[in-house]
Amino acid sequence: MDITFKDVAFTYQAGSPFASDALTDINLTIHDQAFTAIIGHTGSGKSTLVQHLNALLKPSAGTVTIGERVITPETDNKNLKPIRQKVGMVFQFPENQLFEETVAKDIAFGPMNFGVSEADALQRATEMVQLVGLDTQYLERSPFDLSGGQMRRVAIAGVLAMKPEVLILDEPTAGLDPVGRREILGMVERLHREQHLTVVLITHLMEDVAAYADQVVVMDRGQVAKTGTPQAVFQDVAWLQSHQLGVPETALFAEKLKQRGFQFEQLPLTEAALAAALAPQLPLTKRGATDE
Amino acid sequence: MNKLIFGRYIPGDSFIHRLDPRGKLLLSFYFIGIIFLAHNWQSYLLLFLFTMFAVLMSRVNLGFFIRGVRPLIWLILFTVILQIFFTRGGHLYWHWGPLVVSQYGLVNGGYIFMRFVLIIFMSTLLTLTTPPLQLSDAIESILKPFKVFHLPVYEIALMISIALRFVPTLMDETEKIMNAQRARGVDFGSGSLSQKMRAIIPLLIPLFVNSFNRAEDLATAMEARGYQGGEGRTKYRVLTWKGQDTLAVAAFAVITGLLIWLR
Ligand SMILES: Nc1ncnc2c1ncn2[C@@H]1O[C@H](COP(=O)(O)OP(=O)(O)O)[C@@H](O)[C@H]1O
Ligand SMILES: [Mg+2]
Repeated sequence: MDITFKDVAFTYQAGSPFASDALTDINLTIHDQAFTAIIGHTGSGKSTLVQHLNALLKPSAGTVTIGERVITPETDNKNLKPIRQKVGMVFQFPENQLFEETVAKDIAFGPMNFGVSEADALQRATEMVQLVGLDTQYLERSPFDLSGGQMRRVAIAGVLAMKPEVLILDEPTAGLDPVGRREILGMVERLHREQHLTVVLITHLMEDVAAYADQVVVMDRGQVAKTGTPQAVFQDVAWLQSHQLGVPETALFAEKLKQRGFQFEQLPLTEAALAAALAPQLPLTKRGATDE
Repeated sequence: MNKLIFGRYIPGDSFIHRLDPRGKLLLSFYFIGIIFLAHNWQSYLLLFLFTMFAVLMSRVNLGFFIRGVRPLIWLILFTVILQIFFTRGGHLYWHWGPLVVSQYGLVNGGYIFMRFVLIIFMSTLLTLTTPPLQLSDAIESILKPFKVFHLPVYEIALMISIALRFVPTLMDETEKIMNAQRARGVDFGSGSLSQKMRAIIPLLIPLFVNSFNRAEDLATAMEARGYQGGEGRTKYRVLTWKGQDTLAVAAFAVITGLLIWLR
């Protein structure tokens, strides 16, 4: 299921004195089964953009095509449920949406809203809680007794239990420790690889973008500033830094090596790529000089 | 979420904006009192012109005031219609059982309508031109004399300030949680009444839990910084009564005099 933006603009509180343009002139395609990363600094419109992917927000101008459905400014708020089921959305700090008595019931809440029977939904809860890396003993616990990181996993499981085709994650690892971060992204990557989920990930961690994404969208002041493969987008280190965006550590390091006379066809983004590009350039006699 | 016009401050630098919030607050209440002095069309016209003059001076778009009336329109119409159908006197235009439409009824209906609209305009003017925190400072200052009766004035003011401070936060959060639950298939505001009620639960529980957490955090933060209210605490924003405030009071005094004269 492709999702296509055509000339999309969005204004918060349109028609009031508090109106503010959050998106302008968006043309973009999220390809079926691709892993798309959205980067851009705070306030650049990333969250606003992804809320159009499941019609939580409707464009103020232009159209968003989600699979077969076309969302225009005039679209009625009814009958959007099928979209919400197909496009699962994990909001920033999703632990704030937990409300049920037990973890199992909370995970089952989404599927049951989409007509799945209670028994099936609870079955899914058992599956999903393990998928996000929690033990099944947590199923009967209150979600409010868990740690922040565990709550976040439960919330993600609640969205996965809806069995969406597209999974959107808005900064899912903000505030997590490095281990939790790697586990959650690892899980997303596995879902993408094994179950061919279309993934849209908002993140500030460029290493993750370099490691997982097929396509990168750079947002800047409500507009799409750049799109392309991570390889292409991360080439222009100076441009990224002038837009207050990070660059993968490896690319930064390679950029520094370049100034010392090393040659790269393209800046390598991962350690493996860097090592591969570097090896032929290292005559034995020169090895000591590059130790720093 | 931002349809709530009541309590929404519109920044500006008009004469009305710059008035002392204590004066504005007291005069707004005073206005509700003197509106009951009006009993003929001349006095309502006077009050209407006075209110419109104040509205114009605030340089806030008239649309905001009209929007302030809207949530109460049914209550207003209900009261006006009761008044029209049950008042006898003067020329009788129509009657059916106990219901009548008389000259007095229509006139009184018109007056009541005006009374509602003027009161709403004036109180909207107060909230549109006064930052909420200034209002709470004003309340604190006005209540101060009641401290001799052991009224916990500082605590009341602090509670009001904190509550006001968190209104926008709560509104934002409500919207976020609603969106998160919508994404999980909740349909707010559709279906039967019981379905609607049930849809509220996934919204209210996180809202309460988060608010309690936030309250606790706030208390900890205040304690950690050694907050102590009450006697001896100074203020960053000091309220000062100026000539313009006396002028506003004088304007109200003149209006009161005219109203009495017009009776
Ligand atoms: N609910 C809202 N009401 C009004 N303005 C908003 C709202 N949410 C976001 N904005 C504004 O829209 C712009 C884009 O915000 P957002 O999409 O949240 O950015 P990002 O996710 O990239 O940090 C910002 O200027 C922000 O202040
Ligand atoms: Mg965001």
